[in-house]
Amino acid sequence: MSVHDHRLYLDEVTVSFDGFKALNQLSLYVDPGELLCIIGPNGAGKTTMMDVITGKTRPDSGTVFFGNTIDLLTLTEAEIVAAGIGRKFQKPTVFEQLTVAENLELALAGNRSFFKALRARTSAAQRERIEEVLSIIGLTDQQHVLGRVLAHGQKQWLEIGMLLMQNPELLLVDEPVAGMTPQEIERTAELLVSLSGSHSVVVVEHDMAFVRSIARRVIVLHEGSVLAEGGMDAVQNNPRVIEVYLGE
Amino acid sequence: MRAARRGEVWLIAVLILVAVAAPLLNLLVPAASGLRLSTYGITLIGKYLCYAMLALSVDLIWGYCGILSLGQAAFFSLGGYAMGMYLMRQIGPRGVYGDPILPDFMVFLNWKSLPWFWHGFNHFPYALLMMAAAPGALALVFGWFAFRSRVSGVYFSIITQALTYALMLAFFRNDMGFGGNNGFTDFKDILGFDLHSDATRVVLLDITVAALAGSYLVCHYLTGSRAGRVMRAIRDAESRTRFLGYPVESYKLWAFVLSAVIAGIAGALYVPQVGIINPSEFAPINSIEAVIWVAVGGRGTLYGAIAGAVLVNYAKTYLTGAFPEVWLFALGALFVCVTLFLPRGLAGLLPGRAGKKNGNAFPARAVPDLVADQVEKK
Repeated sequence: MSVHDHRLYLDEVTVSFDGFKALNQLSLYVDPGELLCIIGPNGAGKTTMMDVITGKTRPDSGTVFFGNTIDLLTLTEAEIVAAGIGRKFQKPTVFEQLTVAENLELALAGNRSFFKALRARTSAAQRERIEEVLSIIGLTDQQHVLGRVLAHGQKQWLEIGMLLMQNPELLLVDEPVAGMTPQEIERTAELLVSLSGSHSVVVVEHDMAFVRSIARRVIVLHEGSVLAEGGMDAVQNNPRVIEVYLGE
Repeated sequence: MRAARRGEVWLIAVLILVAVAAPLLNLLVPAASGLRLSTYGITLIGKYLCYAMLALSVDLIWGYCGILSLGQAAFFSLGGYAMGMYLMRQIGPRGVYGDPILPDFMVFLNWKSLPWFWHGFNHFPYALLMMAAAPGALALVFGWFAFRSRVSGVYFSIITQALTYALMLAFFRNDMGFGGNNGFTDFKDILGFDLHSDATRVVLLDITVAALAGSYLVCHYLTGSRAGRVMRAIRDAESRTRFLGYPVESYKLWAFVLSAVIAGIAGALYVPQVGIINPSEFAPINSIEAVIWVAVGGRGTLYGAIAGAVLVNYAKTYLTGAFPEVWLFALGALFVCVTLFLPRGLAGLLPGRAGKKNGNAFPARAVPDLVADQVEKK
């Protein structure tokens, strides 16, 4: 494998379902600390791409590297999480019957075995980490509230917080602002921007105003491969992108 | 947690009361007095408490881990059979046929020697080990295959029903070596103490109280630990928990094994008190009844399971005596009503349970925020 400086590196990845190519020779990279937005019409392969990176779907061909040395195609889903890739799904799934702080506690990095968890005590350092993440996601006041009581936006932030507990180097965030109020969208934008730099963040999103407000580099997917790439303005004025979006 | 604390305090108070008062009322109050607790009463309480342990074992996996086992009676019966084998060996030459080694049913079947799996059961410590190990091992093997194949939900419930039914059919066979459809009975003594004496019965009751309290503490410790929180996470969002990197199958498996061990010990304590064990204990209906006790008491609380088991069984004793033909209808109606009107069971009636507690802990500011969000969405 060639040496590169990317955090994540996909090369000619192809996935087909019954002959339909969900991903077609897709190549892209994500740099360390970068905030990358991926947009594209329905069926462009955005979710499949996330599935490949997180090990849920195995590609027919191609390579996927995390850093220079970790071949993600050889790892299980759990090993990929442990390697430092966190994924936030579209629909928020927090543990409804556990408190916000307990949700974060379960997301702490560390040994996950039954017998370890039986005797586990939350150390001062772990407690500190929980407090820190609570303040990043702005839920310090709600830490003793059950997950099910949270508003939609708060659930999304809690879930991002759960990803942060594991200190991931790469965050994959699927449609974070769907169903959010304008205030919540604004807060989410601030949150994601503040996370980039210390983490690589990949956001898949439909909301163009939101993408414009956070993105430095945008990739447009179409029929399983990269259609256009660059700044938001450049991408929006790209004639091929206009054709794909208007042609639908 | 305030309601849980209160439920717990009540539970402990009642258990101590039973452990102290029942023996006194039985042994010290003269037989003529109206206050005397009959030996039958002692046995009945002991039986209810064994059922309470069975209910506890159901609640541990169903209430906290979302595993609805409809085969808990299988583990209960296996523990009971292990105790029964010890009690049969204790009879020695006092059986009808007077064989010093072979239990009566083996002599009757014309067997010449003890089957290999009967060896060692004349030693109490070995029998004691088997009361926990046999159900535990079955749960370990069965659970390993079931959870590894990701059998869950209603499918798991169905195969556990099949498991207990299959065991019932197997134990009905004479050549299994467990006494066929008669099972084991006519026990004489346990550790040299006469099983028919009041003193022995009282001690058995107190041991049952202690075992129930011990099981409760173990379950309480587990459910209050981080492992317990992971179990609740599995119950509410299994794939999310797996995605966080938890080996979900292993959590389910160990909870299931612990639950089987508790059920086994309950069965082992049940047999010397009721004086018989036979394959009908494996009947699928028994496992379903245990689930109903937990639903009535309130799942996911532990003390609710205990209360539910005792109350429903008290009702059963009363109704099967007074109106035998109504009991099954009453049980069915009870289950339907609880499901419809009391989804949290009797424990849900305690003031200040989960929802309210968090209502109080909720920061005053957050409530209007929540309402505002809802309004804005519209």
